[in-house]
Amino acid sequence: MKITTKLLSSVALLAATSASAAELEVTHWWTSGGEAAAVTKIAEAFNAKTDNTWIDGAIAGGGGTSIPAIISRIIGGDPMGATQLNHGRQAQELIEAGMMTDLTDLAEAGGWRDIVHPVSLLDSCTVDGRVYCVPMNIHSAQWLWVSHGAFEKAGLPVPTNWDEFVASSAKLKEAGIVPLAMGQQGWQQSIAFGALTLGVVGVDSFLKVTGDKDAEEAKSEAWTRAFQAVATARELARDSKVQDWNIATNMVIQDTAGGQIMGDWAQGEFQVAGEIAGQDYSCLPGMGMNEILDTGGDAFYFPLVEDEATKAAQLELASLLISKEMQVDFNLAKGSLPVRGDIDLTAANDCMQKGLKILADGGIMPSNRQTFDADSDQQINDLMSEFWATDMSAADAQAAYVSIIENAE
Amino acid sequence: MRNAPTAKRPVKIFSNLSAKIASIPMVFTAVVVFLGGSLWTIAYSFTSSRLLPKWNFVGLDQYERLWNTRRWLISIENLAMFGVFSLVFTLVISFTLAALLDRKIRFENTFRTILLYPFALSFIVTGLTWQWILNPDFGLQGVVRGWGWESFQFDPLNNPDLVMFGLLIAGLWQGTGLIMVILLAGLRGIDEDIWKAARVDGIGTVKTYVRVIIPMMRPVFVTALVLIAAGIIKIYDLVVAQTSGGPGIASEVPAKYVMDYMFGAQNLGQGFAASTMMLVSVVVILIPWAYLEFGGKKRG
Repeated sequence: MKITTKLLSSVALLAATSASAAELEVTHWWTSGGEAAAVTKIAEAFNAKTDNTWIDGAIAGGGGTSIPAIISRIIGGDPMGATQLNHGRQAQELIEAGMMTDLTDLAEAGGWRDIVHPVSLLDSCTVDGRVYCVPMNIHSAQWLWVSHGAFEKAGLPVPTNWDEFVASSAKLKEAGIVPLAMGQQGWQQSIAFGALTLGVVGVDSFLKVTGDKDAEEAKSEAWTRAFQAVATARELARDSKVQDWNIATNMVIQDTAGGQIMGDWAQGEFQVAGEIAGQDYSCLPGMGMNEILDTGGDAFYFPLVEDEATKAAQLELASLLISKEMQVDFNLAKGSLPVRGDIDLTAANDCMQKGLKILADGGIMPSNRQTFDADSDQQINDLMSEFWATDMSAADAQAAYVSIIENAE
Repeated sequence: MRNAPTAKRPVKIFSNLSAKIASIPMVFTAVVVFLGGSLWTIAYSFTSSRLLPKWNFVGLDQYERLWNTRRWLISIENLAMFGVFSLVFTLVISFTLAALLDRKIRFENTFRTILLYPFALSFIVTGLTWQWILNPDFGLQGVVRGWGWESFQFDPLNNPDLVMFGLLIAGLWQGTGLIMVILLAGLRGIDEDIWKAARVDGIGTVKTYVRVIIPMMRPVFVTALVLIAAGIIKIYDLVVAQTSGGPGIASEVPAKYVMDYMFGAQNLGQGFAASTMMLVSVVVILIPWAYLEFGGKKRG
């Protein structure tokens, strides 16, 4: 194994030095329709505006498959020129081990601290006062997507918040509609769990638990009600046996499901299907309960390399990514929110405008990728997988959750 | 050997030199990669390593957490269940098929090829194929309902209590062919005279198989057993392809826990602790068996 790795990396080194000096390999997992269109925008701009060449390193299979692959390449001594990761704690140890390029000088020269909004995104890129990544976009997870067609079929008004949604579920079932579409994967169930608990307990209590890891707060009566709300949602999703999130979204598009709790990337699916926000479907940020969104999303990291030309190309890409034009082009294609507050996004649709307004009003909180490390994230996903697939009681789930919080770092 | 009496006794280490040189890479691999890697893994399972291995000793913390994790306990339970059923059914089905093929039937080659064919497929393909076959809408249940049996229900992959049997069916479909061929080769190795003698003594066919042939095939069964057991312990790709551990965490297996925690959760310490437990369980079964199987022979 060791010899093979060495051979492989020396081959890679040879290839890297013999090729034209400014070819930059960029790995990412943006492979679905809208995502691929968005990443092409970056590649085109990079090729046109700099002397460097973009080598596309798309990895299929989503973050769960790609992040380990990306990290093992960096650790294994075969770093790519740049890579997508979620901003948060995924790369923290790589940064601490000195494997990532320090972008602090570039960030200070470009005044990133003044232009990035919310500034917490830049904080997620910062370790010990040094900047190591470029935030690219904002994705939030607290959205309820409601099908107008399904509610018309059941002869009901379209709900404007989660409670109304639950109240109408019995009639939806009678009309042969699955009330809540839910993909049977831990991370999707975690998103629904996060969105529901946030709605029930409110942002202060939510952050006390997820941010400060206050296990006592997680035992409180409000959190008990939150777990009961998740148990109710579980019953609504009993007949939803799909796996992938976009297939669950498709149930909402086809009006066979009343709604879905999913991040704002779902609206790409509605767009592709030709649905119009406010007419064919509604989006309820913060589940219609309290209008607050998390600021998860993607960022670009630049592994430390030896080659001077590649180093220069890395910095050029970094400043390109955060430029005004790139932020507009990329985010309109992807349906995500920009990381700059000073750009014009009038072309954005109804749902994006709602998101932008909440951002501007400051209704934001850190995402679970920023508050939890990958280990706790995985444990919560495991718990939610089990909870949604079985008849586990809300009290048991709460107890298990409390112990995860107690042991979280 | 031939110069042993005349020349002075050669230094033992240089005898058969070329064979020893040839085996150096293999010995090196075994010691460094296998033994060294195992020891390294065990050592680091006592640390709180996260994304990168770091030597900060935490004693048995990782093991304590491991044995308090529901997903791990379910994984162990699943592996035990899958192991027992897989072992018994593979041996019974393969031997029955092998014995039937051995009865000098017509088109033996054709049948053997058909039965061995699934083995040519990877576990990923097997898993996906059976995921479709067992899909309630498009698969078996849908087809039978299409024939008019509306109440027919066969949906193991969405039922936490039955999902392991869904995996078992796929595993058996894939694996029995190979074991059957091995057992068939064993059956062919039995002297024809044994059968004649049994017939002369008026012993029935089934009884001959059970009382005479099977005991004679002991070495072949040992080979088969090792192959089956190895397949059971490392079961991973079949689960990933067919159920991804679902519904919920009802079909999780230990190898998947190791992978998910080492790479997905960036918690090497926890992954190492789990893989050490897997190693221990193999060793606990393997050592007494190897002692009986090989140690006994040397003495006798």
